[in-house]
Amino acid sequence: MSTENIAQGVAPGAHVHTHGAHRSYLIGSSYAVILTLASFWASSTDVIYPPGVPILLGVLAIAQMGIHLVFFLHISSAPDQTNNVLALAFGIFVVGLLVFGSMIIMAHLNHNMMPMDRLMQLQMQR
Amino acid sequence: MSAAEQTLATADAVPLSLQGPAPKRVVAGYGFWLFLLSDIVIFAALFAAYAVLSNESAGGPTAADLFDKRHVLIETACLLASSVTCGFGSLAVQRGDRTSTYFWMTITFILGISFLSLEMSEFGHMLGIGAGPSRSAFLSAFFTLVGTHGLHVTAGLCWLIVMLLQVATLGFQPMVSRRFFCFGLFWHALDIVWIGVFTIVYLGAHL
Repeated sequence: MSTENIAQGVAPGAHVHTHGAHRSYLIGSSYAVILTLASFWASSTDVIYPPGVPILLGVLAIAQMGIHLVFFLHISSAPDQTNNVLALAFGIFVVGLLVFGSMIIMAHLNHNMMPMDRLMQLQMQR
Repeated sequence: MSAAEQTLATADAVPLSLQGPAPKRVVAGYGFWLFLLSDIVIFAALFAAYAVLSNESAGGPTAADLFDKRHVLIETACLLASSVTCGFGSLAVQRGDRTSTYFWMTITFILGISFLSLEMSEFGHMLGIGAGPSRSAFLSAFFTLVGTHGLHVTAGLCWLIVMLLQVATLGFQPMVSRRFFCFGLFWHALDIVWIGVFTIVYLGAHL
């Protein structure tokens, strides 16, 4: 590893010439396996209060995405990653706007729409 | 003070802003990362469409009727395992180790193909029972979202073949290992999208 690389900071798993890198992938994948199995378990169990299950699934999914970002894509707070982290923050912002924005708008439209049978009645009367 | 810390201390004498341009690998990674984020924004739009339309089954089969959890668990296992073997493969590329590059990347390819064939068999089954994309808004959204992910995996597999051919013909030139690095990022990003797919589409169907 050159001096330059050390000075610019190193993400977990980015140590090329050591066994640590392999270990990082193994640690990441074991976390990922645990979180995946937890999601599948949570969706089929009766132990958890049913209305809470979607929230739990969301938390598990976001946690697993974080694990993948850190251990597989090597996103970290290292100096050479500043731009990547900023771009990621903007990406998450756009994704949030798109998904939650669409859901809120469509839910409101559904709510404000006249029930289908009354709409049909109105058309019949004309 | 360890040897690494000592080098770190001496390197700190030159501020980061005065160390000249970043290595090409960092710049290439950043550019590819921007592409990946824009790809994820596409998937976000498809996820939004699915979330809005997932209950509009127009009297046809609903999500709970169609999706089998065990099948999805096997698909997830294939993709997750291929992510790990791809990581080992990228490390082999960085070491310039030809044999283990071929070994791990072949395993990655096989796992990717098995994921795709599982997905194709699921699609074939759904088309067979009349639950094709034209049946309802829910199924249109489903086939668009999961099909786009499948297309990405297919593109990734083609890219992997090209990269293996490049290693065979060009060897581990810096250019080739940078491309391999980008391929690794692409493959791991597809896995992240799949987490969203199995949580929202498949597990969400049975709530």
